Amino acid sequence: MPDLFAASATPADLMAARVQMAVSLGWHIIVACFGVGMPVLTVFAEWRGYRTGDDAYVRLAHRWAKVMGVLFAVGAVSGTVLSFEMGLLWPELMATYGQVFGLPFALEGFAFFIEAIFVGIYLYAWDRLSPRAHVLSGLPVCVAGVASAFFVVSANAWMNTPRGFDLVGGRVTHVRPWAAMFNPAMPLQVIHMILAAFMVTGFCIAGVYAVGMLRGRRDRHHRLGFLIPFIAAAIVTPVQVVVGDALARHLATAQPPKLAAIEGLTRTGSHVPLSVGGVFVDGELRYAIHIPNALSLLVGYRPSTVIQGLDMVAPADRPPVNPVHLSFQLMVAIGFGLLVLSAWFALAWWRRRDLPRSPWFLRLSALSGVGAVLALEAGWVTTEVGRQPWVVWQHMRTADAVNPAPGLWAGLLAVLAVYAVLTVATAYVLNRLRTRPVTAPQEEWADEALDAGTGTAREHGP
Amino acid sequence: MTAAQWLLVIAWLGITAYALLGGADFGGGFWDALAGGPQRGSAQRGLIEHAIGPVWEANHVWLIFVLVLFWTCFPLVFASVASTLYIPLTLAAFGIIARGAAFAFRKASTELWQLRLFGGAFALSSILTPFFLGTVAGGVASGRVPLGITRGHIVESWLNPTSILGGLLAVGTTAYLAAVYLTADARRHGSVELAETFRRRGLAAAVVTGLLVLGGVAVLRADAPRLYAGLTGRALPVAALSALAGVVSVVLLIKRRYVLVRITAALAVAAVLWGWAVAQYPVLLPPGGTVSRTAAEPGVLRATLATTIVGLLLLVPSLIWLFALFQTQRPTR
Ligand code: HEM
Repeated sequence: MPDLFAASATPADLMAARVQMAVSLGWHIIVACFGVGMPVLTVFAEWRGYRTGDDAYVRLAHRWAKVMGVLFAVGAVSGTVLSFEMGLLWPELMATYGQVFGLPFALEGFAFFIEAIFVGIYLYAWDRLSPRAHVLSGLPVCVAGVASAFFVVSANAWMNTPRGFDLVGGRVTHVRPWAAMFNPAMPLQVIHMILAAFMVTGFCIAGVYAVGMLRGRRDRHHRLGFLIPFIAAAIVTPVQVVVGDALARHLATAQPPKLAAIEGLTRTGSHVPLSVGGVFVDGELRYAIHIPNALSLLVGYRPSTVIQGLDMVAPADRPPVNPVHLSFQLMVAIGFGLLVLSAWFALAWWRRRDLPRSPWFLRLSALSGVGAVLALEAGWVTTEVGRQPWVVWQHMRTADAVNPAPGLWAGLLAVLAVYAVLTVATAYVLNRLRTRPVTAPQEEWADEALDAGTGTAREHGP
Repeated sequence: MTAAQWLLVIAWLGITAYALLGGADFGGGFWDALAGGPQRGSAQRGLIEHAIGPVWEANHVWLIFVLVLFWTCFPLVFASVASTLYIPLTLAAFGIIARGAAFAFRKASTELWQLRLFGGAFALSSILTPFFLGTVAGGVASGRVPLGITRGHIVESWLNPTSILGGLLAVGTTAYLAAVYLTADARRHGSVELAETFRRRGLAAAVVTGLLVLGGVAVLRADAPRLYAGLTGRALPVAALSALAGVVSVVLLIKRRYVLVRITAALAVAAVLWGWAVAQYPVLLPPGGTVSRTAAEPGVLRATLATTIVGLLLLVPSLIWLFALFQTQRPTR
């Protein structure tokens, strides 16, 4: 069967590989955000409960720890799938550049190790450790979660600004792994991602309690369950807008065609307006609102700043404009929406130490989590689609990285089915956890089964 | 030794840790599947859940550790294996999703139908995942994965006698290790009855796996002559050590020396992996993929080795604490 070993994948297989990567990554990134943000909120609640003796905090910590257990497990396995897919779908990328951007992944392996070990201890040892030691055992989880995000996103940033190697006669040599890891796009992209993780976690959890409060459950448990995550997210939001702005400015020099696609800018020039909304048809951005000179001002602080348009690169090297432009608009719109919501809360809190009275505040807060997740996904579309047609910016095309094996579309169908089932099951289990009475988070039915089987009676933990 | 050799040894130690620890977690799922109806099997399932609950995620990370070490330090080997064997690896990835998710979902469940549904998914995927990983090992060991992107046959590379042997051996050893480890856990929980159950199962698994190995010798001789020559040549002492440790384990199980048998059983399994490595060294992907030909640049290897050493300094004490914490009886309050 010589045709089995055709040198390159069909366009359909390439598309299948890209969709498979997008779906599994887009899925994982949501739970990964909770992996970064949730331990911090949970350990904080536990620590407050331990310090103040306030039972409401303790119950929140117990509840969140259970949710964290489920989310960490699905995060761990969906993340493993991604590391498989790097090789299964993009073997040429790994064969050529694996050694260049592998170091952050190796580091992330250790961060993930520490996270998994201490998650095991944190979730299962509530009654084996003193309260103080238990709170402390949660801290490595918090640190390792943020560190993982840092390492993984620095590898992604390398794909945007590849550094740390020389090309001699088409071969990669003189690899400098630290220079690759600390590439120019890394700092801002990493910060933007970590802040996004805290926004997603904070607004999502706050949203759950906002729904409860709208249904009339206004007790202290719900109030704290809303306040802790909401305040965390609200503090992060303004910073996120500033970082996002800096990131866009960085694109003007690092990846001008990406910025051009974000803005739907076809022609290079000065006095470039900022385009809000609109769609890209027949090579032009239509129906957009143009704010005169604004893009030039945002990038270079004066109207005469020249911004490169799509015309600076050959048509074959341009990213598709609509997905990039529209997803960027969505991310920014949601970012500003969440900023307004946070400001509303801050104002009410400053005036009366209480939530805004209007039911619209809770209604919007209930939706804020969905909004943050949408912004997260839109951000990834901006970054990833905006980098096309390259997988490694101006060095390797996505089409050249893909596995030439036949039948990748069959793999895609299977992956879609698996993730559909996983989504339904995860949502179902999380919803059950929401409605069940709170108990201490260590072993449950297993304890009873084992005790019944061995005839030992044991009192349950706190 | 060069940095590449050190990293290879560390990666192989990672594979060994994954087999001995992560493998036993899969084996727990195997016995969960055979534990019987919800009434009769509930104590066994409770014991299994207890044993693997706090540690399976940490044990699972060994796999990721090995993957990233290979793709950073031996990128072409990683890419060749992943591209040629993408079918069994995709199936193993699905198994990994199903096992981990179903296990966590079952822990969060209370009703019988949920426990059965998620428990079933957990048990089935605990058997299929090591099987597919074993076929991958068999494909590599029998030289069916040449160096290069998708150079091997995408079906025959993992549907062949050595791969099937590898798959069955993987299931057998995981079940065997789990049964052995669970005997001591059961005794610590004060249940002679459960300990006896897993002792019988451990003995059965030992016999079945032992027969598989003996039959496997004939399979390798016919299907993977190069590996066979290595195993009966340079690697013979390691293979003999595995056999000896296997026999001693059976004796110890019969004598109910549950803590000692953990060590010998682990040794028997580890020696199989190291026997394979010794037989094949310095070739990673037969015939031409040697260590020196496939290793990354020296700068990369040095950086990775340094970070790995620092990482292990953090990791090992944490792991020891994790296991020590859950291998002792809970303080009663
Ligand atoms: C409101 C102002 C915002 C601006 C100006 C902004 C700007 C940007 C830009 C320019 C990129 C592309 C980076 C690249 O390709 O190198 C990006 C990516 C991204 N954005 Fe935003 N963003 C904003 C808000 C948000 C919000 C609210 C979230 C989520 C809660 C978010 C999540 C992301 C993510 C996850 C990425 C991709 C990963 C990364 O670059 O870190 N952004 N953003």
